[in-house]
Formats: sequence, C-alpha cells, structure tokens
Amino acid sequence: MKIAVCIKRVADSETRVKIGADGKSLDEAGVKFILNPYDEFAVEEALQRKEKAGAGEAVVIALGPPQAQETIRTALAMGADRGVLLQTDEVPADGLETAKVLAAELKDGGYDLILFGKMAIDDYNHQVGPMVAELLGLPCVTTVAHLEIAGDSGTAEREIEGGVEVVEFPLPAVLTIEKGLNEPRYPALKGIMAAKKKPLDVKPVTPGGGCGGGRGGGRVEVVARVPPPERKEGRIVGEGAAAVPELIRLLREEAKVL
Amino acid sequence: MSGVLAVLEQRDGVLRKVSHEVVTGARRLADASGGAGTVDAVVLAAGPVRGTDALGGFGADKVITLTNGAFGTYAPEGCATAIAARATSGRYDAVVFTASATGKDLAPRVAAKLGVALAQDITDLAVEGGAVIVVHPVYAGKALLKLKLTGTPVVVSLRPNVFTPVQRPRAGAAETVAVEVSAGRVRVKQVKAAEAGALDVGEAPIVISGGRGLKEPANFKVLEALAASFGGRAAVGASRAVVDAGWRPHSAQVGQTGKTVSPTLYIAVGISGAIQHLAGMRTSKVIVAINKDKDAPIFKVADYGIVGDLFEIVPRLTEEIRKLHG
Amino acid sequence: MAPKFQGVDFYDVDALLSEEERAVRDTVRAWVDDNVIPVIGEAYVAGHFPTQLVPGMAELGLFGANLPEEYGCAGLDNVAYGLIMQELERGDSGLRSFASVQGALVMYPIYTFGSEEQKKQWLPQMASGKVIGCFGLTEPDFGSNPSGMLTLARETKAGWVLNGAKMWITNGSTAHVAVVWAKTGAIDDPESIRGFLVPTNTKGFSAKDQKGKLSLRASDTSELVLQDVHVPTEALLPQSAGLKSPLLCLTQARYGIAWGAVGAAMACYDEAVSYAKNRLMFGKPIGGFQLQQARLAEMLTEITKAQLLCLQLGRLKDQGKATPQQVSLAKRNNVNMATEVARETRRLLGANGILAEYQAMRHLANLESVYTYEGTHDIHTLILGQEITGISAFG
Repeated sequence: MKIAVCIKRVADSETRVKIGADGKSLDEAGVKFILNPYDEFAVEEALQRKEKAGAGEAVVIALGPPQAQETIRTALAMGADRGVLLQTDEVPADGLETAKVLAAELKDGGYDLILFGKMAIDDYNHQVGPMVAELLGLPCVTTVAHLEIAGDSGTAEREIEGGVEVVEFPLPAVLTIEKGLNEPRYPALKGIMAAKKKPLDVKPVTPGGGCGGGRGGGRVEVVARVPPPERKEGRIVGEGAAAVPELIRLLREEAKVL
Repeated sequence: MSGVLAVLEQRDGVLRKVSHEVVTGARRLADASGGAGTVDAVVLAAGPVRGTDALGGFGADKVITLTNGAFGTYAPEGCATAIAARATSGRYDAVVFTASATGKDLAPRVAAKLGVALAQDITDLAVEGGAVIVVHPVYAGKALLKLKLTGTPVVVSLRPNVFTPVQRPRAGAAETVAVEVSAGRVRVKQVKAAEAGALDVGEAPIVISGGRGLKEPANFKVLEALAASFGGRAAVGASRAVVDAGWRPHSAQVGQTGKTVSPTLYIAVGISGAIQHLAGMRTSKVIVAINKDKDAPIFKVADYGIVGDLFEIVPRLTEEIRKLHG
Repeated sequence: MAPKFQGVDFYDVDALLSEEERAVRDTVRAWVDDNVIPVIGEAYVAGHFPTQLVPGMAELGLFGANLPEEYGCAGLDNVAYGLIMQELERGDSGLRSFASVQGALVMYPIYTFGSEEQKKQWLPQMASGKVIGCFGLTEPDFGSNPSGMLTLARETKAGWVLNGAKMWITNGSTAHVAVVWAKTGAIDDPESIRGFLVPTNTKGFSAKDQKGKLSLRASDTSELVLQDVHVPTEALLPQSAGLKSPLLCLTQARYGIAWGAVGAAMACYDEAVSYAKNRLMFGKPIGGFQLQQARLAEMLTEITKAQLLCLQLGRLKDQGKATPQQVSLAKRNNVNMATEVARETRRLLGANGILAEYQAMRHLANLESVYTYEGTHDIHTLILGQEITGISAFG
C-alpha cells in the first residue's frame, strides 16, 4: 500500500497570537512551530495501514518554507519512509493554489491513499484535501472518524450534525482525517535519530498567480489580520445555588436570551 | 452583486433550519449593490422538500429544488457537479454555503470545479469597492482574517449561528428541476442518527459544556437534565480534558481541536477555561460560568458567573428553567 | 503530540540545541503532559510509584538513552539525555529518579564494568523496561561515607556469598535485579569494593518498603537485606574495582540530576507565573505587586543560569572533558536553586500552595530528598573545596 500524507507546519496551538507589523501576517518571533495536530492523525493512519498491509510506503509531503523540513522529520521520526518538501517562502492564503501545487506533485505518484488532516489549525481553511481530489479526479471523503479498507474499496464514517454518515468509496482515494480516528504515536527516540537518515527531497515551487478559473479568475487575498473583539468584563452574580434566581433574572431582563 | 446562489440543506426531505441563515447571508450580498441583486436558493433532494416556502421571507427570490434519485442522502460528487453546473449556467456572482459538515465538504469541491477561491466558515461579509470582503476566524478565533475575494463567482461558507435570520420578504417563487448527474463514486450507505432529538453542539442555540469539575462521566447527567429543561434547544458539550479522558465523545468537544461554537447562550460548568477552550466558545452571545474556583480564567470571558458547587447550582438552575418553560 | 508545556527559555537556549535534541525534548515533554501530569498528584498523595508509566517510558526509549544502539538503547548524546531528565523531573522527581536509577546506576555500570555476556543479557531487557534495576550502595550507617560499608562478599567454590544491608534504595521493591556493592576483602579496605548483579528473587535477598516518607512519595524507596545470598561467579561485574567504580556511577546520575532539577524549577516557575497573573487580590493580579515580581525575577534568573550551566556541562561530557567536580558544582547549584524556586512558588501560591492540586509543594518536598541524595549539598561543597584548595576537609 502506497500512501501519501500531506502535512503542514503550523504555529503551535498554545501560541499567543501576535499580529505582524504589516497588519496582515503573524508575528513569528518566539512562536513555536509544530506538525499540524490533525495531520498527526493522518500520519498515524498511514503508518498503521502500511504496517497492516505488511508492505508499501508512507510518503509525507509538505508545502512550506525551508523550516518545514523539521516538520517533515517529525513525521519521519514517527515512522514515515520519506519526505518531500515543496519549498516556497510564501504559503498561499488561497487553498486552491495550495491544492494545485500538491496535486501536481501527487499526480503521478501511484498512491493508493492520499491523506490530509481535516484542516490546519492556523488558517482553518478546511478545503485543500477535497480540492486536491477534484483536481486529480479522485473520490474523496472528508472528516473521517472511522475507516475500514478491504481490497480496493473502503468504508468511512464521518460525523454530521446529529448523526454519522457511513460512506463507501473506491481506492485510490483522498481522505481527510478527523481527530479520534486513532491515537498518534510519540516519535520514539530511536525514530528521531533515524529520521535524520531518511530521504527528504526538496523541490522549489512557485505557487500563486491566482486561481485563473471561473469567469473572473481571482483569488483570496489577506487584507488584514486583527485580534478578536474583547469581551466586555463580566461579573460574578453570586455564590452557590442562592444566586440562581438572580442569574435567571439577568438572563431574561438584561441579556434577553431566555 | 447581481445574482447570488444560496445552497440550502435538507435532511429526509425537510429543509434544515440553518438554510435560513444561508439565505440571509446571500441576501446581504445581493443587497450590497443597492438592492438590485437576486437571490436564488437551491436545494438538492430526491423529491419535494418541506419548509422551502418560508425562504421568500428571508429574501429568496426563487427557490429551486434540484431533484435526482441519488440526492435522498448526501451524494458529494453528484451534488458538487449539479451545483457547479447551476452556478455556471446561472452566471452567479457568488455562491453561498453553510459551514456545516455537509457544506464544508461540498464547498471546496464546487470551488475547485469552478476554478475559483473559497473562504470557509466565515463570520461576516460585505462588499467593498466591488470586491467581497469576508471575516474568517483563524487560530481558533485568536485572530480574525479579513479576506478579499476576487473570483467570479465568489464562493463562501457561513459559520452556523452567526448570520441571524432576518425577514426580508421577496417572491420566493418555487421551481423544481430534475437534474441528470451520476451519483458518483462516494456513496452514503447509511446515516446513523444520534439519539432522538440530540442537537449538535455546533448548531444548538444553547450549549451547556462540562469539564473536569464534573468529577466523573456519570455526573454529566446533571448537565443533560439542564439541557432537557430547555425543551430540545440545548446540546451538551465538553472540554478537551474530559474528551481526552474518554468521558464524552469527540463530537461534543468545544475548543481549538474540537468545535468552534457561537450559540446564543453558552453555559460552562466545571470548566476552568484553558485558552484552547476559550478559543472555541468566545464568540457565544452570552456566556455563563459555574465554577468552584473564583479565580478560574473562565470568569474572565463570562458575562455572568456563579461561584460554588456545581452539584448544588446546576440542579437549582434546571428547576428554575423548568418553571419558566412550565 | 506537541507539548502543552511551553517551557522556560528566556535566553533562547533552544538555539543552542540541535534539531534532534529539541525533538527529543519535545517528545518527552508531550509524553509527560499527556501521561504524567494528569495522574502524578494523586499517585503522590496515595504514596505509590505510577508503575503503569514504565512501558510508555520504555517505548519512547528513555532508559539508558545515552548508551549505544547495539544494546537496544537510543544512542543519544549527553545533552539529549539531560533534556530527558529535565522533562521527567518537570513531571516529578520520583519519575526522574526511576529513570536515573535504571539508566545511570544500573545500565551504566553493566555497560561500563560488565562482561559482553552481561551486557547482552541485561541491557536490551532493561532498555525495554522488562527488567527493572536498583542500585545498592548506601547503608543504614554509611551514607556520605560509603567506603565504610559493612556489606561483604566472600568467594565460594561456586561463586560468591553476600551478607549485609542497604538503605534508601530507589526501585528496591520493584526491581528484578540489584547492583549490590560489597567488599571482597578486609572490612577496612574500600579498594576491595566490587559490584554484583543480584536477581532479587535470589534466596536470602529481601526488600522492604520504607514507610512514612513525606518526600518522593511517588517513588519506591526500600531497604535491602542480604542474608547468605549465593550468586554464581558470573554475577560479578568483572571490570569493577574499588570505591571509584560506584562513584563513577554516581557521577553519571548526578549529571542527570543537575538537569532534572531545572525541570522541577521550570514546572514551579510556570505555575508561579500563571498564578500570579490570574490570582486577584486587592483588586489586581498579585503579579502586579513588587514582592511577587521580585520572586518571579529571581526565579527566572536562577533558572536561566542553571540551564546554561547544564548545557555546557553536557557539551563537555560529550567531548569527554567533564570532571566529577564540574558535575558536583552543577548538582549542588541546580538542586539548591530548584528547591528555592519551589519554596518561593509555594509561598506565592498562598494557601493554595499547600494543595496537591498544585505542583509546588510536591516538588518542594521531593527536592529536599534530591538535595540530600547522590551526594548531599554539603558533600558537594567539600568536593569543590578540595578541588579549589587541594586540601581535603572530609572526616
């Protein structure tokens, strides 16, 4: 089984977000970068599928700056076989541009499965996986929370509002992975040492130029990055169950939500 | 915007309420050019859909039901093909989805088919100087991105619960068109329903979340009782700590690696308020916190707080809410 | 897997670490966040070592991580090894003690003084956590002065017979094998001290839990009794020779402790900062008061100094240049520093600081043991005094 996992280097979720001087970018000073947490589930799934099949290859692919090599090595330390960095200094804000670059790399790879995390925790774009599937003409299931594969077809479960969809699909396919599909392993210390010796291809790419489709082409462009509005200071209504009637009154008369 | 296509959702032949929000958002775009724009609302189904007659009230000029035998359940590939074809033939300037589980799956497929950019899960939109400007929360709401979309059509999905439906009566003329598309290779075989009446935390107007303060999984029944007292309008959520501990399913998790919710009322019970939890609920309209530790960070974002033993406070609250609804 | 704990790094010491060293640190840090932090307070109050964590530590490769890969170990450099100790002790000194004993006090002497057969027999099993070891040097009446030990080993036709008692033995009741140090010659001849590998199920060997500890409660501390314990000739660590052999082991362990103490201090400082920012008193966060700011400034300063101290010591060790006296300086300084940081955090936390829900008092109580074991603070003072003046002030 040959599996590709598309991963992303993102700012740590514990990071305090500071906005850059241009008012558009993230101020990266002091920010720690990690492997996107949802991608960890995708990497783990690839490793488990490969281990179960007893043969094959797990390839991790990232679009990002030179430092994303370290992110790739995290996946290699977990057990992936080799990495590809599609190197660019500017990761596009536009999901379709990213998808086009990835699709070009994946096209002739002969992969049985192409996995993504369901989204990246930095841009919340939530779109690159299914876009890659469209560009490659492959079937796609998003936010997979349960997966079974038998021969050249698979069954996935994805959560929808108030229920779960059970979805069948043929391989090869693109899947985006939800948290909880598996329990990602910690890279063992030996794995960390071994990762240094695994192949990592660096290929310069130039994404961008807009999407060029539709009737007017166009793209997504970041105009500004702003902090969320502060919530106004709340108040302690009181202590214990005795404060409940006052809370009810405030919710009815002041907040008007009851 | 002269023409906006609003993509609705139905389940089992009944229009989902979130569709009202989609029409409302679409109407805002259409009105941005001086009220001249039209909103066509489209729903994909196997047959007639109940509830579409109300859409005129929210600003739909036309309600188009695209029927196909495969559309009884969600057919990702067939639906994407049908919507992309409609978007092209109708020469719309914008296509608006809801950022539901289905909408977030469908919108990227359609955008890729059309070859245009997409902004998912947006919380605001406006037209400035001919371009669509949207607000897209990133880093779990720790920052907001203002994005300029210049494609034609512009494709967006709207975060549920944010675009409060408003009455903007238009004709709402009904039209049914049978479409011929293949269902595609990805097929929904079954939809396992959650417990009867259970609302999704992402869509419920009231969310009551519990954390470690609940002490053990069985104690969530206290929160379930409170949710029930709201008469089917409330869902029970959970903090990452208790989801990681296996007390509650991941689908209930609110926060950075769970769901981002914006209910009218959010009640945090026994949740200290880790930054990653706050990220998932800070856009709620009103936040109530119940915690034994008066220094818990949750009180900093809460509009109203009660300090004390949740096992005394929550039952009392349940009782009072029941009286109100009694 | 990214760790929740953000660490303390005021001087961008991270920039001095290699990518692998950072990766090792982050892995252990995340593992501690996920597996240790949620359970350690409870284990501490209950007074038992969380044995369920051992397989996870082994799977990561934490035991004897600086020993070579051919024996099933991770083959890390000494800085990476130190960072592991730092992160484990950020969880609890008991956990770090467990790993120190397993790696530096049992695997290390087997690796250094053992025969090839002994290395092949024991090291892979210990790296995988299947065999747990303990180190028997200290005796009830001989702590800082191990040369006075009374445990004797006498040669028999079939091997050796051991008699004696050992005290304050970490992992003593959990261990499958004990490295026991005993005199093979006259009772007043420390040069006759040699090491023996004694399976703990050998007849005449018994271990008894030490009760009533108010420190290192999440750690197994035992008393060992050896009464006519017969072991074969192959139990002897052939290269061990004299008191300097166990002391060499202690230098290894002390090196890890110097790093571990920084971890405990970082945990306390992190707790102090977050508490100072959130706890309101007189209508503002207590972090807004000069007295608390002075506490925090002092803590950060001392932690930063200690971090640089360990790092350079580790680099020297990797070059084979670190001296036992340099290790003494780091152990002495860093443990004392960590104890002070824990105490100041405990105080900054006010009444909450005495609860097991917070970390400071647990670390404080633990560090009082760490201050005393592996060469007390005072003994390291004398080691440095002798190094400076050339005059021994022992005894």
